[in-house]
Parts: sequence; structure tokens; C-alpha cells
Amino acid sequence: MDDYIKMLEEDIRIKEGLTACINCGTCTAICPAANYYNYDPRIIVDTVQTRDNSKIYDLLTGDTIWYCGECMSCKTRCPRGNAPGLIIMALRNLSIRLGFFTSSEKGRQQLAIKRSIGHWILKYGYCLYREEMTLEDHPEQGPSWEWQNRNLEDLLPLFGVQYKGDAGALRKISDDSLKELHAIFEVTGGLDFYDNIEKKSKEKADEMKLEFDERMNCEYMHEIYNKSSDHHYKS
Amino acid sequence: MKIEGKKRLWREYQKEIAEDHYYFARSCVRQQIFPGAEQICVKILQHDLGRDVFDDPGHTTCTGIGYHTDVVQLETIMTVVARQFSLMTNAGYENFAVSCITSFGIYTEILETWHHFPETEEKTREYLRKATGREFKIPVNLAHTSDIFYKFRHEIAQKSRYKLINHNTGEPLRVVEHIGCHYAKMFPHKGVGGAEYPYVLAGLAEALGGEIVDYPERRHCCGFGFRQYVVKANRGYSISASKIKLESMKPYKPDLIVTNCPGCTVFLDRWQYAISEMEGKTYGDNGQGIPVLTFEELTAVCLGYSPWEIGLQMHNVGPEPLLRKMGVPFDPSRKYLGAGGKNIGIPEKPKVLVVE
Repeated sequence: MDDYIKMLEEDIRIKEGLTACINCGTCTAICPAANYYNYDPRIIVDTVQTRDNSKIYDLLTGDTIWYCGECMSCKTRCPRGNAPGLIIMALRNLSIRLGFFTSSEKGRQQLAIKRSIGHWILKYGYCLYREEMTLEDHPEQGPSWEWQNRNLEDLLPLFGVQYKGDAGALRKISDDSLKELHAIFEVTGGLDFYDNIEKKSKEKADEMKLEFDERMNCEYMHEIYNKSSDHHYKS
Repeated sequence: MKIEGKKRLWREYQKEIAEDHYYFARSCVRQQIFPGAEQICVKILQHDLGRDVFDDPGHTTCTGIGYHTDVVQLETIMTVVARQFSLMTNAGYENFAVSCITSFGIYTEILETWHHFPETEEKTREYLRKATGREFKIPVNLAHTSDIFYKFRHEIAQKSRYKLINHNTGEPLRVVEHIGCHYAKMFPHKGVGGAEYPYVLAGLAEALGGEIVDYPERRHCCGFGFRQYVVKANRGYSISASKIKLESMKPYKPDLIVTNCPGCTVFLDRWQYAISEMEGKTYGDNGQGIPVLTFEELTAVCLGYSPWEIGLQMHNVGPEPLLRKMGVPFDPSRKYLGAGGKNIGIPEKPKVLVVE
């Protein structure tokens, strides 16, 4: 078995986030994810602390590490200065690099995130992009959302906003800035990280016999974006 | 405890906030969802407070939502942040003012990491040089824009035409202040009041005449949860967390919720609409919701800006009950007009939530 603990310890967030867990469970008491999912951050930290590679393999291939919302409420409350949220981030990063993320339903969702947030960052220079957020995908935006989007060019000047202008809110990020952003992703391995998510997802889709292509609504994408099994939740 | 002792203790919960000359970094969420809020933030700083704010179109997303949804790696986001610092350096500024709370957390985390692990800063400098040829200096001061409004809260209060006071009864309005988790939960010493006694919004609201509501789930997350909202299958996490807060604050009858995080504004506003559709439940009076305003929007209303020129018509929960209590005059017939008074139709009404 590979030495996952060694790989984890190369991540600075393990050094920052794990000193010595006393298993008090304060992180679990404060955790919004533990309120909702079958989830206990105390157990995650304790498992990493055991340095047992087979148990860490189970974490890397399972659903549990994907339940955290990275709000970092745990960091504030831990009496030993641990940050379970940072440990989760290190585990998730390793799970993706090793291609283990496709083994779990929640892990497989990384493709949907890469194809939305990840894609918009490089295409527009924004993490979130209003025009890409349809009411079908985001019904919580309410009926006003369609009215706003239909009328942006008449509404935004009211606020002094020039839509896709050269400066200010909702400006178009210049091609030069986007080129630099792209170069940063290339040099730091960000593009390879994206490619790896695509490649491993394709392999999984083939295994699951689900149609896979670059569309946002191909069978595999539809499955990972919408499906949530009962076992994730508290009964 | 003697007053002197209290003052000494409280000093530990203060942070340095630069007096002037800010390089301004925008927020993806605030721009996309509440663009009027961010424009009025700059306008208030420049025109009402007379501060120098450099609004540089050259910066990009910090990629923070990508980092916290685990598709952007630490090395990448560190280098993107370094590029923002390079733009600040080249523009001749040294105070970095951030509109987004996720970004504020990102900048804070990265500066702390560089401080404790200098080799990560060196590596980032190498990456940035290789990718862009740029160099950078570390900001002398890092502040969230709500820190800056807090710093000038008494000046804002002095210039305000309207207060957070019920103009019929003279009673202070009841304010729920909701602070984004990444403002101070990770690095308490970087926020006003730390994580235990966060005072950045409470201080502003009190200066404007309001009374802060203390309720059991005051510090609970709004439920963004990054991947827990971005992926549709996970969104139950997000709405459940907001519902926990709304249920907890309802018995205290708040007149408004004020936020400093753009994401929290979205969720506390949008989920009130969604809960009304799903369960027929509303949290304000007469079938309306509890208005959710960002700190800039609230400040702008107090300073006398029209609610329709700062974008309050883009919220799902209408601001009208709050405006009436404050005695702010507004023209309901202009709420849904476009620029130049153009008729652009009106949005369809929600089934349950009462919207004027």
C-alpha cells in the first residue's frame, strides 16, 4: 500500500491544521455539516492521527471527506488549535490527485464544479458568472432573477454599472489579465489538475456505462449534479 | 472589573485599519448578484468619506471559491493572490481593501502561511515571475471594506439623514448582524472583536442607532458551504443552515439582517424565498420576509441614497417594511423601472412571500 500519510504531510495544511487531537468533539458540536450529514469531523482528525494508511485510503475513496462546507467554524473552537477543515482540504486534494475522488458519489461531483466554477475562472476571470446561472439550475434565485437578467442593460446604469465595460463592477476582465491568469494556472499545475479531474471522470463514466462528453448535461454530469443518495443523511 | 481593565482587554480584539489610500479588490459574488452594493461602497468611500480608493480593472477573481470547492490548488491561488499584490504595488498603493469575505479569508490565510512558512512565499514569487514576469510587495495593511466602514462609523452616523430608529415610536430598530465565517473564524486576531466578540457590524449598526439582537444561532454559518451550494444535489445543506438561523432569530422579531459577506447576503435572502415556496413559511410581518442588506446598502440608505439606485430591487425580500420604519421616503412606482424611467415590466410575484 502507498504511504498516504507521507503524501498528506507534504501538504502545508496538515502542518497548519493538525497538532494533537484530544478527541473532545468540540469541532463536531459546532460543525454545520455534522448537523446535516452523517458526519463527524472528530473522527476524520482522529483517523489521520492514527497514521494508518488503510484507514486513510478509506477516507480518500469515500464520501465522508466531501461533507464539510469549509466554513472553518471548527478552527475557532478547537482547544488544541487544530483545523479539521484544513485537514479535509488536504485529504480532498490528495484524493483528486490520486484519482480516488471518483470512487464516491460526493467525490464525483468535482467534475461539475470544475466545469462551472473552474471553467468560469479561466473564461471570464470571475468565480461566479450571472449569465451562466440559469433559473432551472438555481430556482432559489426566484422569479425576479429572470426579470433582472432580461433587463440588465436597463437596470445596471441605475447603479452606475456599465455591464461588460472597461472598469467597475461587472466589467469585462481584459484579455491581458485572462492570459496572465491562464499562465499562472499553467505554471502552478492548475491546468493539469483540471485535466486530471476530466480524465478520471471519463474513466469512471465508462465504468458506470454513462454517456460522457463535454456538455454540461451529458448523462454523467446530470447524474453527479443531481443525485444524492439517502445514506448521506441522518435518519 | 475596573473600566481600565476592560479597555485593556478590548484592545486585544482591535485591528489596525488604514486611514486612507486603498487598493480595492472586488468580489465575484457581490458584483454578480448585488452589483449596486459594490458600486455604492466605492462611492461612499470616495464621495461621502473623501477617501482615495484605486478601483483597478486589472485584477481578477482571487479564485477563492475555486479553492474552497477544491478545484484550485494552494500553489495556484497563492500565485493569483501574488498577482493582485503586484498590481497594487505597481499602482503605488500599500493598503489592500477587499470586498469579499471569502477573499479576505484567502488573503489572510496566505499572508499567515507565507509568514510561518517563508519557503512558500519564495516559491510563489518564482511561479509569478515565470508566469507573468511580475514582482510584488506584501501589503502594509489588509482590511475588509466593512472594517473601513466600522472605522469611520461615527463620521457615517454624523452624515446620516436616517437612523436605525423607528421614526414613529423613537425606539431603536432590532438588528441581526451576520458576519461571514471567513472574516474571523480562521484568524480571530484579524477581525474587529475577534471570533468571540465580533463587533465590526454591531459597531456600525449601533453607531447608526440600532439595537443588536443576540440570538442562539448568531454565529452559525449561513450555509454557503461552497460545494454544498454549487452542486444542486447538496443544496439541502445550505438551505437547512439558513433555516436554523432564521428560526432562531424569528422570536426576537428583528427589523433587518445586516451582513458583510456577499455570499451570506445571497443565502439569507434567497433561502427566505425558497423556504416560503417549499413550506409556506415566512419570517417577517404580514407574509413578508426579514430584509437582508449588506453593510454598504444599509449605510447608503442611512446616508439618503435612493433604494432603487443602490439595487435593493434585486433582493428577493423587499426592503419596504424597513424603509417605512426608518421614515425613508421612496417612490414604490419606480421600483421596477429601468434607467431613464423606462418601463421594463415587473417580475412575477412569488407564490407565498409577499413582495411589493
